[in-house]
Parts: sequence; C-alpha cells; structure tokens
Amino acid sequence: MTYNSIVLVKQVPDTRTVTGDVMSKKGTMNRSAMPAIFNPEDLNALEMALQVRERYGGQITVLTMGPLKAADILRDALFHGADNVILLSDRKFAGADTQATAYTLKSAIQKIGDFDLIFCGRQAIDGDTAQVGPQVAEKLNLPQITYTESIASMDGDEIIAKRAFDLGSEIVKCKLPCLLTVVGSADRIRPASARKRIENKLAAIPSEYPAIVEKWAEFETETALAAYLTERNLEITVWTAADLDVNEDQLGLSGSPTQVYKVNYVVLESTESKEVPPTKEGIRELIQELIQEYIVG
Amino acid sequence: MTENFFLDNQDLQFRLKQLDLRDVLEIKEQGYAYAQEYGTAPRNYADAMDNYHLLLEVLGDICANIIAPRAAEADEEGAQFIDGEVEYAAATQEAILALKQADLFGAMLPWKYGGLNLPETIYQMMIDIVSRAESGVMTVFGLQEIASTINEHADDETKDYFLPRFARGEVNGAMVLTEPDAGSDLGSVQTRAFFDEEAGTWRLNGVKRFITNGNADVHLILARSEAGSRDARGLSLFLLERDETVRIRRIESKLGIHASPTCEVQYDNTPAIMIGKQRFGLIRYSMALMNGARLAVGAQAIGIAEAAYREAYSYAHQRIQFNQPIAKLPAVSRMLLSMRAEIEASRALVCETGIWVDRLKAYEHLQSQRDKSIPDLRQKLKEASNLADVLTPLTKYYASEMGNRVCYVAMQIHGGVGYMNEFNIERLCRDVRVTNIYEGTSQLQIVAAIGKLLGHALDDLLDKWAAVDYGSALDSLKKQLAETTMLFKKATDALKEKESDIIDFYAADLADIASFVVISWLLLQDALVSQRRADIARVYIGEHVSKINALGTSIMKADKTALLARETILAEQF
Repeated sequence: MTYNSIVLVKQVPDTRTVTGDVMSKKGTMNRSAMPAIFNPEDLNALEMALQVRERYGGQITVLTMGPLKAADILRDALFHGADNVILLSDRKFAGADTQATAYTLKSAIQKIGDFDLIFCGRQAIDGDTAQVGPQVAEKLNLPQITYTESIASMDGDEIIAKRAFDLGSEIVKCKLPCLLTVVGSADRIRPASARKRIENKLAAIPSEYPAIVEKWAEFETETALAAYLTERNLEITVWTAADLDVNEDQLGLSGSPTQVYKVNYVVLESTESKEVPPTKEGIRELIQELIQEYIVG
Repeated sequence: MTENFFLDNQDLQFRLKQLDLRDVLEIKEQGYAYAQEYGTAPRNYADAMDNYHLLLEVLGDICANIIAPRAAEADEEGAQFIDGEVEYAAATQEAILALKQADLFGAMLPWKYGGLNLPETIYQMMIDIVSRAESGVMTVFGLQEIASTINEHADDETKDYFLPRFARGEVNGAMVLTEPDAGSDLGSVQTRAFFDEEAGTWRLNGVKRFITNGNADVHLILARSEAGSRDARGLSLFLLERDETVRIRRIESKLGIHASPTCEVQYDNTPAIMIGKQRFGLIRYSMALMNGARLAVGAQAIGIAEAAYREAYSYAHQRIQFNQPIAKLPAVSRMLLSMRAEIEASRALVCETGIWVDRLKAYEHLQSQRDKSIPDLRQKLKEASNLADVLTPLTKYYASEMGNRVCYVAMQIHGGVGYMNEFNIERLCRDVRVTNIYEGTSQLQIVAAIGKLLGHALDDLLDKWAAVDYGSALDSLKKQLAETTMLFKKATDALKEKESDIIDFYAADLADIASFVVISWLLLQDALVSQRRADIARVYIGEHVSKINALGTSIMKADKTALLARETILAEQF
C-alpha cells in the first residue's frame, strides 16, 4: 500500500543571526530584513515523509504559506526529493497568527484532497508556539501524533510511531489519515540530490521569471520560459485566497485573535546575583525558592 | 553560512571557470539534443557549466558537513573483517549513504543508464573534493570508474543489466587485477578462466590480493583465458557479480586509508562474462581502466594535500612563538607559499590531462559511430591519444609525489604536535603515502611516460603555448620558460641517444623536467587572469627553474658512472 503525504513547512528568519531592527512598530517581524532559512524541524518532517515514500511509495506534496520569497524553500524541498510543491501567498494571508495560519493551511489541504499523512515540524524557530500543526489537525478533524521522533511501522490504515520527550519516549498507534509533528531529534534531512538540484534549478513562480530570462538568454521572453517550465512541470504552483474555499474574515491579520499589545525590550542585568552558602541548609533554601518561583518542580 | 568544500575552494572554482569543454560537450551531449529527452541534460554550454557548478556544490556540502567531521572516526574504526564479510566503519557507511542519496554514484554514465554524463575533468574535481574530506571513502566512490569501463567495452545486454544499478548506487565495484606474484608485472597474472561448455559461461579460479574494495558487488577482473600462455596476450577481462563462490579471505592491516578495505579474494569456479575481445584484457582494457584510475589517484593526492595545507595554514596562524604567529616567520611562510603553489600547479595539470582524456573519449565515440561530422577526426584522435597517454602517467606521478611533499611539510609546520594522533595532519600523512604506490608506483608511471617523452609527444603542445602573447609584465617569465623548454627538448634528444639502461636510470629526471615545463606554461596562462595567479606562477617557476635546469644539464652529460657504481657499492650488503 502506498501513502501520500503533505508536508507543511515554513520559511523562517535565521534566529542564529538576528541583527538590528527586525521588529516592526506593530510588533510583527520585518521578515525581509533577515536571512531566511528552512525551519529546521520542518526538514526533519520532510525527511520522515521521504522515508515513508522510500518504504511504501506514494507522493509527497510540500506546502508553505508565506511571501513570494518562500519559493526558495520549496525549491529546496524539490532538491531533497519532494514530488510537488505549493506556495500559499496573498496579501490577505499576511499578519496571520496561529489560528489564521492553521485555517489557511487547512483550506489548502482540503483543496489538495488526497492524503494519508500530514507532517510538520514541531514548531518554528521564529514563533516557537508549536500550535499550528495541532490546530490544523483539529480543523481537519484528524488525530495527531505530536513530538514524533520516528515511525516504527505502517500497516493498512494504521501507523505506529515513537514520541520523544525530555524524560522518555512513548510508542503510539494511530488511525490514518493523521497529522504528525516531528521533533529535531528525528533523522536529519538527507543531502540534496545533485540530479534533482540540476533538474529543478529553474523551478519558479511567475514573479521570478524576469530574472531567469535575464540570466538565460535562450529564453527570449517570459512566455517562452513559461512554456518551457510547463512542459517540464517546473512551475511552482501559487495559490491565493481566491484559489481557496475560504471565509476571508478568517484570514491574515483580520482572522487573528492574537494581537500584539506591546513589545518590551528586556535587558538582562547580569549584576543580579545572590550568594548561596555551600551548606545543606543553603541548598535546601535555594531549592525551595526555585520551587516557589515555578522554575523547577 | 554552512561550510562547503567546493564553495570555500577558490582554486577549484577558478579551474572550473577556466575549463574549456566546448568541443567535448558538443560531442558528449550530441549537440545538446539530449536536453529534449532528459530533464537533467544541459540545454547549452553555459547551462552545462552551471550544472557542474551545482553538482560540485552539492558534493562540497556533503563532504564538509557529513564526511569530513567523521574522518578521524572512519580512520580509527576502519573497515573491519567480521565472519568472512567486510564491514565499513560507521562513518564510512554514512558517507556512502549520503553520496548515494545525492545521486553521485554512476555520475559519468550516459543519460540513458541514469547517469549524469559527466566529463572526466568534472569527475576528477569530485574526487579531489571527496578526498579532502576522507580519502578512504574516495576509493569506494572512485571505483564507479569501473562502470565507465563496462560502458565503454561491454555489449548492450551487459550494459543494460549492470549500468542502471550502478547509476542508482545499488551496486559498487572493484577493479581486480593484482595477485601475490603479479603486482607491477600484471602480465604474469595466474587466475585462470575457462569456458564451461555445459553451462555456457566462463568460470574463474584463483586468488587476487591487495584488492581495494574487494568486497564490492561487481568485480572487473583480469584472468588468463589462454591456457598455457605466460604473458599479457593470454589475459582477458571479465565481469562478475559476487556470489557464494567468491570468498573474501582477509583484509590487510595497513598504514593509511583505513576506511578503504584492501581484500584478498578467492574465486572458485565463479561464473563470469567476458568483456571486450578475448586476449585484450590487459593490453587494451585494463590499461584504459587504470589510466582513469591513475588520474583519479592524482586528484586524490591533491585533495589530501588541500586538507593538509589548510591544517598547516590554520595552525601556523594560531600558534604563537617569539610573540607572533609562526606564519609570519619567513621560513614558515616560505613553506606555506611553496605548498599552495604546488597544489594549484597540480590541479592545473590534472585539468589539462582531464581535458585530453575527455577529448580522446569523445573522438573515440565519434569514430565508433563512424561519424564524419569532424573532417580531421583521425588527426584529432591521434593528438588526443598521444597527449592523454603521456600526460596521464606524468600527472599521477607528479600529483602523488606532490601530495606527499605537501603533507610532509604540513606536518613540519605543526612541529611536535603534528606527530601526535590528536592532530589531523598525522592521518593525512599516512593516507597520502599510498598515492604514489597504488595504481602503479611512481617508478612505473615514469616507465609509462618515458617512451612518449622521448618521442617528443609534448612538443606541439608546448610550441602552441609558447606562441601565446603573455604581455610585457610576464615577458621575463616567458623567456625563462622558453629557455627551459629548449633545454627539455635538447635533454630529450640527448637521452634518446643513450643505451636503454642509462635511459631508465635518468628517466625520472626527464619526467621531472617535463612536468615542470608543462605545469609552468599552464600557470603562465593562468597568470593572464589576475595578479594573484601571476604571483603563483612566479613563486612556482622561481622555486623550481634553476633546479630543473640543473637536471637538464645532468641529463645532457648522462653517462654510465653512477650505473657502474652499482657493481661496487651495491655488490654486497654493507
């Protein structure tokens, strides 16, 4: 039996290289000012989908919502072996919180239709909410396995997977179709394939055509390029709000109950310190204080 | 930015940019008609070069981030022999899997078998990059070369059966030539092949030794098909897939490249397919196979040298003595300069040789297709064949000796700590040592090159390069080179007149001069591109020219004095 997968991915600012004014006055992020990368745990999710395809067959569709620039990570997904990629991009999607995002993704998944598994990274390194995956599952009325580290087996409409936590792990069985959120300790993404890297190098969305035509003189016009890309299935599908069966009030900023009220700049004072005497009594007091402050316990 | 062994290597990127493969690719890609049929085939020359860049980028990423970080581990664990089977070190297994997932096995195979139809020059760049990361796994990766031999010489049925599996990375290969009593002298191979009339197949019996990756799934093996014969003309080439009749008897414990299993293999009535024409096993096919492998070993030595240079460079900049980084000491900076120049010089040589091998293969293909589109094909084929024949052994000789010199000096820069296991340079010194031994020792490369050298095989090429206008800034270098080139030609004529044992005695000197002359002209052409390249040419030529001239003079005066001294000095054990 083969299994079709949808992998939800996100282009995120590389929080390892945050600099300068990346926060707008409204409290949202100015994404164009930061280097953008494939969200790390989404790569683990993609690898898990690739392994399922390797073992059982099926198709992998990678879906992302974001600005047009997010086409970069979709190309990356193709280089690693995805069969199809779809970009959800529309001004109406902008400013979405986890609920509006989950609503949009859910609508796109319904449009894709045929799937057995949905994979996503546990959380994105920009928002760190870990909410989108579970919300998508709820909206689709699907069971979900969060914190998935590996898939033990799949048989008919049943999956057995391992969930990993700080203090241990859990083996669970679940009916398909279902959604899995994948943790960073799962297998890391395989290298890009040289063959697919070459084959898909021109995969593009229409807004990227002018740059391609300028670089590759053999495509005299954008129309000629478009024809070439269509013939080779290299057009990256872009869906806007109009392509989805959605209630526009539930999209983007207007569909987001979460509003950033205020952003505080926290300066950590390294001078704050307290000396604990190295006695049993001292340590006991320290532990009690940590428990009272809800830091441990 | 994540590390990448291609993108951080400006010399390799420069070489790729300088490559002119137009004529080769026009033939190899059939005027770029393959692009209609295969999604990965290039639409034109610029597209092809861009593809090669992308491919090397993918490889550079794997090598820097997956293979190199576990190189010391691969060396320490090494390939193991357990219950009659070879097991690669865990790090090597991961490396092989990554290269397979990246679709980099079978890269030189034609499109129709699922390959990437790569030219030899690009393949050698891949070997360079892999070897910098871990030179043991390079032997597993590099043995995809045998798939190319199958492609060039086997019949269609055999190719259809084997090659797609090579391209998918499902099988790997071994080149099985050496025996306990047939090393450099392969003509005395004793493994027997007989035709089993009943089963309608050839069968092999015998023991092969020092077989790199002898645990591979597919073996290309040299065996004696003519019962009673004793020389090379009784040998044919066979292809077999390992089954229960093939037994790995042991693997060697050795100085370096621990990740690469060196096997002793026994064949017991093993069924095999004959490749190509009977009795041409050694003289035609194995030689062609070895020539490819020789170039790859040259590239391997360069990759190891690159790693060694980088270790030495960073150590020399970190190590403070006498209140300054030792890199600032003239004695140390001289060593670094010399290493850098030698590495870049060798890369230029490998590329030049690679292009001639590519041309040779392209022209041979046209000839086999009876293609008349190139009017002077016969002449072009002869030129490419001549140059590939002389440059291949010269390159293997030069690059592998260079790799050893560079690793030696790199350890010297490290001082005492370099001798310790904790530093990578110790491993690199062990690994590089095999490069001027296997696939034919340096001495054997000289034997392979000397005939052509004495026949002035390089003259036309050298004359062509000498006729280029290098501009006034490079005039004095050009003049120096022209004089050394003249001396090379004179020394060649002088040596040619000598008795054969004197020729053999001085052959290494002539090979040294030839390598220097070829490389220097290549560097002079590079010097036209940038100031840095001009400086590399100056450093390289400046360091070698007077020594090379001295060698020339000594060849001119060559006599039997030293040879005769054998009778007194080596007559008995002192």
